[in-house]
Amino acid sequence: MAERNVVVDNPGQAGTTREQDLIARVQRGQNELFYELVRPYERRVYAAAFAILRNETDAEDVAQEAVLKAFANIRQFRAEARFSTWLIQITVNEALMRRRRERTVVMEGIDDRREEETDYAPREFADWREIPSEALERKEVRQKLAEALASLDRKYREVFVLRDMEQLNIQETAEALGISVASVKTRLLRARLMLRDLLAGGWEQGWFSRLPFEKGSKPW
Amino acid sequence: MVNWEAVSCEKVWHEISNYLDGEVEPTLRAAMDEHFRTCKKCASVLEGTRNVIQLYGDERMIEVPAGYGRRLEKRLAQSARVSGGRWYTWSAWLIPVAALALIAGGLRFANSLSVSEPLKSEHAQPGQGIPPDMTVVVTADAKVFHVAGCEVIHNKSTAHTLTAKEAIREGYVPCTRCLRKYLETAEAGHQTLGTQANADLDVDEEDAPGNRR
Repeated sequence: MAERNVVVDNPGQAGTTREQDLIARVQRGQNELFYELVRPYERRVYAAAFAILRNETDAEDVAQEAVLKAFANIRQFRAEARFSTWLIQITVNEALMRRRRERTVVMEGIDDRREEETDYAPREFADWREIPSEALERKEVRQKLAEALASLDRKYREVFVLRDMEQLNIQETAEALGISVASVKTRLLRARLMLRDLLAGGWEQGWFSRLPFEKGSKPW
Repeated sequence: MVNWEAVSCEKVWHEISNYLDGEVEPTLRAAMDEHFRTCKKCASVLEGTRNVIQLYGDERMIEVPAGYGRRLEKRLAQSARVSGGRWYTWSAWLIPVAALALIAGGLRFANSLSVSEPLKSEHAQPGQGIPPDMTVVVTADAKVFHVAGCEVIHNKSTAHTLTAKEAIREGYVPCTRCLRKYLETAEAGHQTLGTQANADLDVDEEDAPGNRR
């Protein structure tokens, strides 16, 4: 899909011959190659754990546990799945277990009972002012985007992160979180539209002003 | 011919996420395309949503704590060492357990495996006359033992050494390449003689009361 081509050139993208070769060698016992196999995805593993736990220390701990678990179970990995997806699903599972164990869910659980099927209507209709990818070089832009994401209710944030940041498909996202495909679609729609509104408002609040692409000629 | 007015703005907002994921049927997609061409508000929603997906899907949006990768690699290396240690611990457990099994079952048990029911595969021949204290090499993924330097040792990174006696005791069989001379003897003689390797093993067990014939 053209809309989803942002990370297509990820060197560790599933299904590459090199990755398949690495998996086969690790499965045959070359344990020392496992980190090489995981490295292209280690940041995504952390991000998945952080999306669920919202705490750097816990997220890193769970990320490590998830990678160790993947290592322990590598012989059960089957080539028909994407390795990255398998790894992220293990991570999500570990993170959800950690959260259940620590009962932080109590604090955020209330919003899950709220009706989610009602449609979200966009609020900002002015011509969209595109934020180019180059703007992500700026820490303050990344920070504002992260804050916007963090402001979403948990159920929207988690689906959005798994689908749009971790690049799982709808079905995989549903399986990872233990919710229905229909729920994933509904939550994803809301998450995307809410973020769009938040970012549109960001222009007015000056989030993206004083950036190079705002001065003179626009790069897009 | 699609009538774009059949698709309301509300319907477009409801489906816009599916539209961007390529998950709407062709007829609806065409109707939405037409709608976007004529409705500035919905075109703005589409552009913004697409922009959101592009921005957050960028690897640069993922920030990890300083030193995260290094710590992960270190933890993994430690774990691999621990699990390696566990492997040896398990092996250490297996030796007395195997010895107990032999004591309990007597020699008939051992002989039944190697003599009374000779294994058919060439790879599974037990071998004969292998010096019990000869150092041999085994790896994690095959129940075969080799002499050091054998060119068919797969997966050398997991190799560790032990004596032939220990290897046989743990269920390894001799490599058909580097230990062929012992196998050929065994093939010729296993029906009548039993295996020297098992005889060697028996010597170790002689002090055990249950082991006396």
